[in-house]
Amino acid sequence: MIQEMKLQKSKMFQVLSTTGKTKVDIDIPDETLLKMYEMMKLTRVADIKALQFQRQGRMLTYAPSQGQEASQVGSIAATLENDWMVQAFREMGALLYKGVSLKQIFLYWYGNEDGSKYEQNITPVSVPIASQLNHAAGIAYASKILKKDQVVMAYVGDGGTSHGEFHEAMNFAQVFEVPMVTIIQNNHWAISTPRVHQTKAETLAQKAVAYGMKGIQVDGNDVLAMYLASKEAVERARKGEGPTLIEAVTYRLGSHTTADDPTIYRSNEEVEEWKKKDPILRFEKFLISKKLLSKKKIAEYEEQYTKYVTEEFKKVEESTYNMEDIFLYNYEEMTPQLKEQMEEYKKYLESEGL
Amino acid sequence: MAVMNILEAINKTLHEQMKNDETVVSFGEDAGFEGGVFRATTGLQEAFGVERAFDSPLAESSIVGSAVGMAINGLRPITELQFSGFMFPAFNQIATHVARYRNRTRGLMPLPMVIRMPYGGGIRALEHHSESLETMFASIPGLKLVIPSTPYDAKGLLTAAIKDNDPVIFMEPKRIYRAFKQEVPEEEYTVEIGKARVVQEGDDITIIAWGALVREVEKAVADMDISAEIIDLRTISPIDYETITESVQKTGRVLIVHEAVKSFGPGAELISVINEKAFLYLEAPPTRLTGFDITIPLPKGENHFIITSQRIKNKIEEVMRF
Repeated sequence: MIQEMKLQKSKMFQVLSTTGKTKVDIDIPDETLLKMYEMMKLTRVADIKALQFQRQGRMLTYAPSQGQEASQVGSIAATLENDWMVQAFREMGALLYKGVSLKQIFLYWYGNEDGSKYEQNITPVSVPIASQLNHAAGIAYASKILKKDQVVMAYVGDGGTSHGEFHEAMNFAQVFEVPMVTIIQNNHWAISTPRVHQTKAETLAQKAVAYGMKGIQVDGNDVLAMYLASKEAVERARKGEGPTLIEAVTYRLGSHTTADDPTIYRSNEEVEEWKKKDPILRFEKFLISKKLLSKKKIAEYEEQYTKYVTEEFKKVEESTYNMEDIFLYNYEEMTPQLKEQMEEYKKYLESEGL
Repeated sequence: MAVMNILEAINKTLHEQMKNDETVVSFGEDAGFEGGVFRATTGLQEAFGVERAFDSPLAESSIVGSAVGMAINGLRPITELQFSGFMFPAFNQIATHVARYRNRTRGLMPLPMVIRMPYGGGIRALEHHSESLETMFASIPGLKLVIPSTPYDAKGLLTAAIKDNDPVIFMEPKRIYRAFKQEVPEEEYTVEIGKARVVQEGDDITIIAWGALVREVEKAVADMDISAEIIDLRTISPIDYETITESVQKTGRVLIVHEAVKSFGPGAELISVINEKAFLYLEAPPTRLTGFDITIPLPKGENHFIITSQRIKNKIEEVMRF
């Protein structure tokens, strides 16, 4: 009677081998290829600098993206400008591709709410794990019924798939067939808890089956595979064919956040193995073979981006913070209570000459 | 003018607002086709279609979480949580996102949304159907908490809540959903959120209540030989400091009546405000008559929990004797 529920096995989708060769002919404009590379590279440079700034005590806790640039950039590159991005908290690559300035991104990690005020259709960092997926489903629902022609690209981690909110959001999305693509960035570690302790499901992509949703497992360190899979999913969504779940198999080369020491819970060997699959190195080999990139050009990018990162961070360090802002935005208009509290605090500041 | 009860006033308001504003949507468990377990959303699906008035999957977190997304992207969602005691799975969304989005984005993404939920005891229901959870919402910055006690206020406050650009928790006293009728204007009007209502003026004592207990207070004082000022708080958060302070400065005595549990209940906050603003006017200790600090009993014991007009009378006499 009781038996194993059979799932149709499908191979992880991969286009680019670790040697930088494509397994199939691809039709992606050079311009898109280069923009993806540039944003991945910028993310890597900015990430490394951010870690330095943090260690120097110039920034708060920071969640690095190193190793996950392809899963972020490849997916967001498949969307249009008017589409929505719903982030978790480790998506610098996608933010940069969407056109967010580094100053804006760093401002948040510097501890200033103004950092969450994006000009683009992007929701702010969502610390409560997986809860943002319900927002994504709602944004997509609004897009659908208001006929806004916007697709929502949403992000969550492997740990997030254990959360009830993940289930509720996927279910809602499929029940109402909303235009939403969910990227599970399976980076194998939820802080110190490995992917295998998160769920006994063989893949995270297979979770789509129970929702009646389309899904695919993709090599998340292969930016071309991420782009192509996401593009198909985004096009399906735009045509009204409903949501898609994409598991991007990737690896967090750095720490969970700067407050975390990954050497305690995982081996160097494991990290070294994944370094060989570095998404940027792999993409560089491909672009060089296509004559879109050269060693010299890579060095130029490094120099240019390092300079840009330093300049942007300088702007962040020069930014100011208005005390009244902590009171002003809890409601459209301050309540009498808040007015009273702010006035009392101001009087205190004045009396102390602060 | 039409004569209607609270439930009809709520239903009428939903129809009116969905007709006036195409971005208003209404959804929740059984709130579409069936019109909700109390029938508050009756007829909406027929009138406005299945996209704007629909049954959600049975998942409170996704009800409120998806409403957050809808509000971000141009809709004004009204969600129904079937009973306030079922709000806990949604509490993560309410506390971590609904209340914070405006501040988190420094005003860029306000959330114009209403979370409706029937609350309170006295309907002989199962566990988790009778709670009064005002404190859970009123202690979270970024939320407004509104509770009507009459059909007129139900319409005016719900209209104001739907038009408000901040999230409003709208708790409905289900015990008096159908208890009495009142004349309610046909046309649109609002009752200002944050303003209490002086139900009757008096000089001897101020009695503050809301929801189903306002009527019990009215009943209690009806045949008493005192001049009581009754205040229907209507908005639990933010509290109307002004009306309360003025009243207590006049009467010098105050009784707060609520069904929520006593410790850390709304009465504690009200008394603090009174002490801060009217201490020198007090002639008796500010007093509370509230739910006991217990899990609300199942129907066999509920009669011991529910606050009756007789108990209110008794407490008023105690305050007056001081």
